[in-house]
Amino acid sequence: MTASNRIPKQIEEALTMHRRDFLRNAGLLAVSFAAGAGALNSEAAAQNAAPPAPGPYPDPDYHQLDSWIVIHQDNTATFYVGKTDLGQGTGTSFRQLMSDELDIAFDQTTCIMGSTDITVDQGGSGGSTAMERDSWPMRRAAAEARRVLLEMASSRFGVPPDQLAVSNAVITVRADPSKRVTYGDLIAGKRFNVTLTGANVNAVTGMAKVKPVQELKYTGQTPPRDDIPAKVDGSLKWAVDVKLPGMVHARNVKPPFACAKLTGIDESSVRGLPGFVKVVSKGNYVAVVCEREEQAIRAARQLKTTWQKPPTAPFPPSEDLFTYMRAATPTSASNPAVVGNPDEALRGAAKIIEAEYEVPFQGHTAFAGAHATADPSNGQMTVYSNDMKSYGMRNGIATFLGMPREKVRVVWMHGPQGFGRTAADDAGCEAAWIAREIGRPVRIQWMRDEETAWDTKGPAFLVKMRGGLDGQGQLTAYDYDARSCDYNHVGYNEPDTVLIAQLMGSRRERPAAGSAATPSEMYAIPHRRMKSAVVSLPLVWETPLRTGNLRDPNGPQSTFAAESFIDELAAAAKADPLEFRMKMLTAATTDDSGFRRARSIAVLKAVAEAYGWDPRPSPKPLSSGNVLTGRGVAYSFRGQTIVAEIAEVEVNRQTGHVWAKRLVCAHDCGLVVNPQSLRRTVECAMLHSLSRAIHEEVQFDHEKVTSVDWVTHPSLRHADVPAAIDVVLVNGDPHPNRPDLPPYGGGEAACKPMLAAVANAIYDATGVRLRRVPFRDARVLAALKTARV
Amino acid sequence: MSKITLKVNGSAHTVDVEPSTPLLYILRNDLGLEGPRFGCGLGQCGACTVIINGAAVRSCIMPASSVKGEITTLEGLASNGRLHPLQQAWIDEQVPQCGFCQNGQIMTAKAMLDKIPHPTDAQIRETMNATLCRCMTYHRVQTAIKRAAKTMAAARVVSGEEVVA
Repeated sequence: MTASNRIPKQIEEALTMHRRDFLRNAGLLAVSFAAGAGALNSEAAAQNAAPPAPGPYPDPDYHQLDSWIVIHQDNTATFYVGKTDLGQGTGTSFRQLMSDELDIAFDQTTCIMGSTDITVDQGGSGGSTAMERDSWPMRRAAAEARRVLLEMASSRFGVPPDQLAVSNAVITVRADPSKRVTYGDLIAGKRFNVTLTGANVNAVTGMAKVKPVQELKYTGQTPPRDDIPAKVDGSLKWAVDVKLPGMVHARNVKPPFACAKLTGIDESSVRGLPGFVKVVSKGNYVAVVCEREEQAIRAARQLKTTWQKPPTAPFPPSEDLFTYMRAATPTSASNPAVVGNPDEALRGAAKIIEAEYEVPFQGHTAFAGAHATADPSNGQMTVYSNDMKSYGMRNGIATFLGMPREKVRVVWMHGPQGFGRTAADDAGCEAAWIAREIGRPVRIQWMRDEETAWDTKGPAFLVKMRGGLDGQGQLTAYDYDARSCDYNHVGYNEPDTVLIAQLMGSRRERPAAGSAATPSEMYAIPHRRMKSAVVSLPLVWETPLRTGNLRDPNGPQSTFAAESFIDELAAAAKADPLEFRMKMLTAATTDDSGFRRARSIAVLKAVAEAYGWDPRPSPKPLSSGNVLTGRGVAYSFRGQTIVAEIAEVEVNRQTGHVWAKRLVCAHDCGLVVNPQSLRRTVECAMLHSLSRAIHEEVQFDHEKVTSVDWVTHPSLRHADVPAAIDVVLVNGDPHPNRPDLPPYGGGEAACKPMLAAVANAIYDATGVRLRRVPFRDARVLAALKTARV
Repeated sequence: MSKITLKVNGSAHTVDVEPSTPLLYILRNDLGLEGPRFGCGLGQCGACTVIINGAAVRSCIMPASSVKGEITTLEGLASNGRLHPLQQAWIDEQVPQCGFCQNGQIMTAKAMLDKIPHPTDAQIRETMNATLCRCMTYHRVQTAIKRAAKTMAAARVVSGEEVVA
């Protein structure tokens, strides 16, 4: 077993390159690495005579500058950040920002991410906060390191810091450039020993100020992502690739229906199978452990178990979901947000428009089944996982197993796309529990049917809307009333709601309330009411219809309703849908502190210009021929990130097939760190929402999810891809024109408008309004036939 | 269990496994070739794709005993320390997001370009259609395939394999 089987490549590389420096750094980081590396890497231990120390596993102290930055003798730097990367290339962007603040060449830096005993706890990833929130303490730490290094050089040369120049990690005396010293010469092998201040990790700061954006050199440029080469040459070690000495493989045996009670296990059905190790079970949780992976798969399929059905049906079948949601008594409701007097305004309206929109449950359906490998050696627990919140997983597993936190660590490694609260959380706890049960390292992976059926779902939404137009076609009254099916929404790595805990009988006295968002726009509507409520399925524990955060958890659903409805109002007013929106943005006289209204106008203008929008009302006159074309626009914001998207579609009136032929996005998320990475992320977020618009729906009967693979839960494919995709970065592309705005969240905002943009385009092409997602061929064709198109 | 000899990326390996074992698990767990990955186990997504006798094959549903011919995995594409033009195009176009599916994208594209050196957009879409990506990098995958096709054609012109009219 070579070291590479045991250590994440990124960490192994850092160790190989800089091992001596790390171990010479007596103190915090050295402790981290002696613990992390020593326990894993016998080669390192032998070379450095450090014993393979077990835990306790420390929490790297975010108040120590040494926890964030290590500078090596060869004048390179390693940045340690408490974030994970789900494929957006955030590690490269962090390096750009930190290289700029530290004044070191980008190429001389590396970034280590997200392993609990090595990097400070920034919570992992989520909410598109990488640049918006988490890059700030990184920048301030890097700026502080630069300040401290300048002070060290100042002492060395006897010259005040302001008479020193620094470039590419080399400090020179301005008056005598022959006097020079590298960062490596000043600090390598030593600790900064600088204590940072700040009440929490997000507030961490030293004495130095960060640079104004105009002085950032790498920020705003597009260095290639550092994670990509290893992803295309096959050399990257992923969380699925972890192999440990003595490791066995586990597979779950999921209940055949929701809320089932296990009444029997016939172990003799698998005992004779090759490689069989054990059946492990507690409560309704069952897994089979075998020596080899394919043996575990076979044994899990072959194990005979018996189950008892619950006394009532766990949920209505998917075709009845919205009828059920309409009739259900909400488990909670928000206080309505009211402006003016919407009821009176509706009564006085010249025209009232009403519509109701439906978005079904949609799955994460990660590209590979949830997985984790757990090592119970030394009475501790090391879990290798791609979970985006590795720090939360550490805490969750410690509590779930009743182990002291310091005996648990999570090593983060790359994995299939993570769009929020995926089943990776569940697999981590399962691996750890089984590993402790059998006393051997265990790798578990969910099979396709488990992943698609049992992962967490984005909540279904039902939105009723009413709007009133006056005699001039102005929107005067607006009523938004949403309910989501989101009761018992599971959080991240909660030891009492992860699936294995539920199956073992854990119940919260008060399940999480869930949420139903209201729309995010800056329209000036004189009278409006927005309210939302949450409803519950009949049974909410041990069910595959668990809801959890899925990429802007309520955004695509609420924006589908709100921005489809604005289009309906524009059509009723016989107004161009883009101008109708623009009028409502420009009519407002107030703005927020982030200039969200002004930036909304700029974004809407930019998307119209990039598309070449010619103003006219929708729908366009019905053309002859089988293929009808149309265009639709939608806009929203998430936090301070503003997005407008235009979809141009072809609708085949014979088949009902919808092809989004062209997509255009205008996007403003403030400071752009890496334009190419951002464009890629925006493009993929748009396509993910296109997939949700035309394909994705979780289907189920009254007791089990019947969407179990890529046929029964289809996803976007190559043939669906638009012929052209344009992304316009409104703020700050290219670099020199960038105004001095902070960075806001990049990815999730781009998910919001697409469902409505596609629906609006279909309407423009056909005159048929689709108010139910997804727009699969059969549904579209039926709607066209009903409307005699 | 029985002994099965597989020729992979130019080397022969003998493993002792159940003959029905899908090739994927042998490549990953016995031979340490982890470019092919488990995505669905049903042959629906392409994450496990390898090339056998010039054809893109889903190794998750291919019993080891049925393998006839030499296997190429993602690790076997580079030669003489140089990345395959497809891999280089993937870097140049910055194709991956998470990257988990990209083995399937690259290997399926390789098998296609070896048969159809100058594919049309429609051929690319059709040939790649059953190779899925949940991050939705499709648009860039298609761009990178066209870029690689050009690079490969240029290399053939230089080596005299192809004459440009």
